[in-house]
Amino acid sequence: MSALAAGASGAPNPPAFSKSEMMIVAAARELAGQRVCFVGVGLPNIAVNLARLTVAPELELVYESGAFGAQPARLPLSIGDPTIVTGATAAVSMFELFSFYLQGGLVDVGFLGAAQIDRFGNINSTVIGDYDHPKTRLPGSGGACEIAINARQVFVIMRQSKRSFVEHIDFRTSPGNLGGAETAARIRKEQGWLGRGPSVVVTDLAIYHFDESGEMRLDSLHPGATLDQVRETMGWQPKIAEPLATTPDPTAEEMRLIREVLDPEGAYTK
Amino acid sequence: MTKVASMRDAVAECVRDGDTVAIEGFTHLICFAAGHEIIRQHKRDLTLARLTPDLIYDQMVAAGVARKLVFSWLGNPGVGGLHAIRRRVEAPADGGAFEPLELEEYSHFGMVGRYTAGASNLPFFPLRSYFETDLPKANPLIRPIRSPFGEETVYAVPPLKPDVTIVHAQRADAAGNTQMWGLLGCQKEAAFAADRVIVVVEELVDESVVRADPNRTVIPGLIVDAVVVEPWGAHPSYVQGAYDRDNHFYRDWDAISREAASTQQWLNEWVYGVAGRAEYVEKLGAERLAGLKPSGSAPSGEVDYGVYK
Repeated sequence: MSALAAGASGAPNPPAFSKSEMMIVAAARELAGQRVCFVGVGLPNIAVNLARLTVAPELELVYESGAFGAQPARLPLSIGDPTIVTGATAAVSMFELFSFYLQGGLVDVGFLGAAQIDRFGNINSTVIGDYDHPKTRLPGSGGACEIAINARQVFVIMRQSKRSFVEHIDFRTSPGNLGGAETAARIRKEQGWLGRGPSVVVTDLAIYHFDESGEMRLDSLHPGATLDQVRETMGWQPKIAEPLATTPDPTAEEMRLIREVLDPEGAYTK
Repeated sequence: MTKVASMRDAVAECVRDGDTVAIEGFTHLICFAAGHEIIRQHKRDLTLARLTPDLIYDQMVAAGVARKLVFSWLGNPGVGGLHAIRRRVEAPADGGAFEPLELEEYSHFGMVGRYTAGASNLPFFPLRSYFETDLPKANPLIRPIRSPFGEETVYAVPPLKPDVTIVHAQRADAAGNTQMWGLLGCQKEAAFAADRVIVVVEELVDESVVRADPNRTVIPGLIVDAVVVEPWGAHPSYVQGAYDRDNHFYRDWDAISREAASTQQWLNEWVYGVAGRAEYVEKLGAERLAGLKPSGSAPSGEVDYGVYK
């Protein structure tokens, strides 16, 4: 029985890992066998560094700020932290990074976050409400729209809620599987895109992959999470894998790396 | 001929009301010293261009220098939103009046491409971004074009030619030959695209230092109008090898900028209340500065260019 479930059932011991830590571990495991990963700030940053120390030792970290083959000696607090430069394989201009490395097809996995995502993995990180009169003005694309189009596959890491997992996103910042796999595959082929689009979504409750119709499918529930919780925190009825898996608990080694090596101050994991 | 000038004179001569100004630098080498001098000189109606407006444009917008932003990612990196800018973008919940700020929005690659087209005298820059997104609807200057060599459609963005680009760097000589290392962002593209260029450096070096390592020269003196020597001029941003990003200030700004009044109070104390960067640095205090020094040294290996007579 998992620690989270023990906590939820009223056992006196606090959970052995937080929801953020579960997300980091789940995302890191998905990176097994990958070679070049475009890193974002926050949880992806730790997930990718954890993967480098565990399942993907050959992983090359690319930061949109222009560092390639980064080996950060501390947890970078921004995507332009000086620690990603010292000891990196290359520090390149953003023109080179976006033209040659990303649009040129050298990035295997790009991480994206989202304020809103729909069942086909289309992402909004621009505005909530009307564009010209927004209820909430979000950061906008940054490099997200180019990652969505050019990275060979896209990993999404975000907390799920009725406000974030929605039937219709307010603004499409980054294309996912558009209206379904068929359209997405046709457009990607016609336009010569090198990317296949979204492949995995890791949330605080579960792991989703995309089925043959291009729709998000619930594949694995995190320890302690329930189907009811998942249904209550999304704006559509999700497809569910048969059988539905349970995400294995973080191992002692994964927890040690997160808490002692990658984020000892708990900046992102509390 | 020396181009060395004071920050006050460089800004007074190069930055004019109504200009499009780019203070570039991606997380690294953001020249806050120049932004603060622009505020102190009460410049008005500026169009501010930057990939990431960052705290510097939040402060400049709060101070009333800007009428428009051209950007690709609007936030306080690793912290949250930019509140002064948001106050001029989001309609107040109470339906009260606010002075709207015009936004012109791209993606990172779009902005880099715009500077590149501007620097190379091209009518547009083509890229694969934007297809099947709502960005071209939000910004009609992002337009589809058909490849003249096939069936593919790409998007084009127009050239961006700032009236003034301001870049921070580790070092330059008096003629403006500028060397930098670490994350280069699009400092080079933004400088070549601009009509006027101010270079602000941590250290003024002899021409022989530049000539000893020509691969490290990012901006030639040829396109530079003024060289300002301003140690710590990028704080709270950072300079690789010289000082770290002041992440505490980035977090503090979130609280400072949440209310218009506390934002103005901060500007009064740290911008209007000091004569220039030297006084700002003194006010920061030795302890704060010492805490931002790198924890060790990591010099580059030497290369041998050889002598050919």
